[in-house]
Amino acid sequence: MTTTLTPILTKTWDQADSFTLRGYENAGGYQAFRTALGMNPDDIIQAVKDSGLRGRGGAGFPTGLKWGFIPQGDGKPHYLVVNADESEPGTCKDIPLMMANPHVLVEGIIISAFAIRANHAFIYVRGEVLHVIRRLQQAVADAYEAGYLGTNILGSGFDLELVVHSGAGAYICGEETALLDSLEGYRGQPRLKPPFPAVAGLYGGPTVINNVESIASVPGIIANGADWFASMGTEKSKGFGIFSLSGHVTRPGQYEAPLGITLRELLDMAGGVRNGHRLKFWTPGGSSTPLFTDEHLDVPLDFESVGAAGSMLGTRALQIFDETTCVVRAVLRWSEFYAHESCGKCTPCREGTYWYKQMLKRLEKGEGSEKDLDTLLDLSDNILGRSFCALGDGATSPVTSSIQYFRDEYIKHFEQGGCPFDRAASTAWAGGK
Amino acid sequence: MSAEEQRDEQRTERAAGIVAHEDGAALDPEVRARLERDAKEIIARYPKPRSALLPMLHLVQSEVGYVSEAGIQFCADMLGITPAQVTGVATFYTQYKREPVGEYHVGVCINTLCAIMGGDQIWEELSEHVGVGHDEATPDGKISLERLECNAACDFAPVMMVNWEFFDDMTPEKAKQLVDDLRAGKPVAPTRGPSSVCSWKQASRVLAGFNDGRAGEGVQAGPESLRGLELAKREGWTAPEPEETTK
Repeated sequence: MTTTLTPILTKTWDQADSFTLRGYENAGGYQAFRTALGMNPDDIIQAVKDSGLRGRGGAGFPTGLKWGFIPQGDGKPHYLVVNADESEPGTCKDIPLMMANPHVLVEGIIISAFAIRANHAFIYVRGEVLHVIRRLQQAVADAYEAGYLGTNILGSGFDLELVVHSGAGAYICGEETALLDSLEGYRGQPRLKPPFPAVAGLYGGPTVINNVESIASVPGIIANGADWFASMGTEKSKGFGIFSLSGHVTRPGQYEAPLGITLRELLDMAGGVRNGHRLKFWTPGGSSTPLFTDEHLDVPLDFESVGAAGSMLGTRALQIFDETTCVVRAVLRWSEFYAHESCGKCTPCREGTYWYKQMLKRLEKGEGSEKDLDTLLDLSDNILGRSFCALGDGATSPVTSSIQYFRDEYIKHFEQGGCPFDRAASTAWAGGK
Repeated sequence: MSAEEQRDEQRTERAAGIVAHEDGAALDPEVRARLERDAKEIIARYPKPRSALLPMLHLVQSEVGYVSEAGIQFCADMLGITPAQVTGVATFYTQYKREPVGEYHVGVCINTLCAIMGGDQIWEELSEHVGVGHDEATPDGKISLERLECNAACDFAPVMMVNWEFFDDMTPEKAKQLVDDLRAGKPVAPTRGPSSVCSWKQASRVLAGFNDGRAGEGVQAGPESLRGLELAKREGWTAPEPEETTK
């Protein structure tokens, strides 16, 4: 059976006014939250549980279950924080979503905050996307103006304040507890869990942190029903998601499809790998997910199947690299990224990523031996699982998977005393384009 | 010393406070009054005052152009924390600059995918063309350059940013032309953004949470963002209808 695309969140993106309040309402927006405000909050949580929605920020934790962890009747203020700090290399879905349709996120926030009984919500958006921040600020202002935010929303008795908060350039703030520290005005460094944010999150209060796409999926679940959502996707990975194709592909871009679609199907839709070239390696969910190769074209892109094949679905950030790409160069650059972005709190990550960088720089220049690969793997063992958060774990993914699939290419660097690839051949303008 | 090593060294020195920009200058009273008024508004947005620190540092940059010593002292005074605490935060985040940047701060994504798609070549040619390296500004204060990590626009690779606006699908030629136009004061429009690029200080004010009223300008989506939707429309593919799925 061939999977087809299911435009839902992306459905209105070709309308020039898709980002405005009027554009959103003309397309049927701001109806679901009216239904939700008339529901018992517990029934909303149940509907999200029944839908099978799992976190779209990479980890895939069941969203309804997360909401259910918030203690009720505890007399403490609850908080909803939207993680809009999209920074994982390869990941580029939330930014176009917020640019083209910020109101679906605002509506999702109203419903979600009502469900977990939060009267304060925040959108923590990375600071390097100025026009997206403008669109969010305007959407929130317009929603206040329309009476969809603020006190006694549409006479329901429910109050909600929503603040757009810009970050300031730190990948680590996409990690939920680092994000909380940052939002509290500190350096963005992860906290030890437990306690989990559901118990002690922002300002020590019960807090739900969800990805943009997760929250934006909620109005559809309320409007169309949990069964509608669950009718798409696979047994354990229900629903749809935005798949982002980038790199050496004929038509890179955003493709919204049920979970479980394969890269072969997606590549077919995107015109294949660029003309005259073939697939070499790819990331299923950003640079922190172990590399796949052309052996994995038919792996269903759902949480279980990608996991069983040795990687992670992550954020469905499909970075495609063809045979002109040097895998050692790619891995070195990712390692430099992790070393740059390591917050420095935990020694294995801080020092380990530093050593990755030093070693890989040398190996790319051909100044190494096969023994260095064992050292790299040993170093990886000393990073993986040894820090507060997953940044260090993510840093090991490209290193270990590239050695697994492309050991020969590393060795070729050593034999040749340099990189055997022509960088110019990998560029977007190679071949006179 | 390679550009990369230089970058590391600069970062280390900056983290150690060795090369913080020399400025003993106190804030102009008028500037200080404006900052106080705006800072109070920022603080009022949050349940706890300290949450205002990140936006306040953006606010300082919107007036001073970078996070000066006087700006740090100002934040500390307003929030009742120490200058060391503010400095600790200001040095953690890459968007806060400890020395003046250009009126147009130009970034080139050099993370893996953009680098391979041509970002490395763009960086090399542009840096040579402008005559400055990573985190450096031209003597006339017009342009500064930065090697950027992933900016969440990978389907538009190679990507550049000017004052945090998107310039998609770049080439070395387009990059050099862009910088020449900025230096010449010609109007420059981002691919996905408002109809013209604003200044670094104006951009910083938006980051501090002050809406500049320009959200309505520019496209709703770039061509790459629409690829899947357009294909679905051509093929007649849609999501299931709700009534088909209810029991």
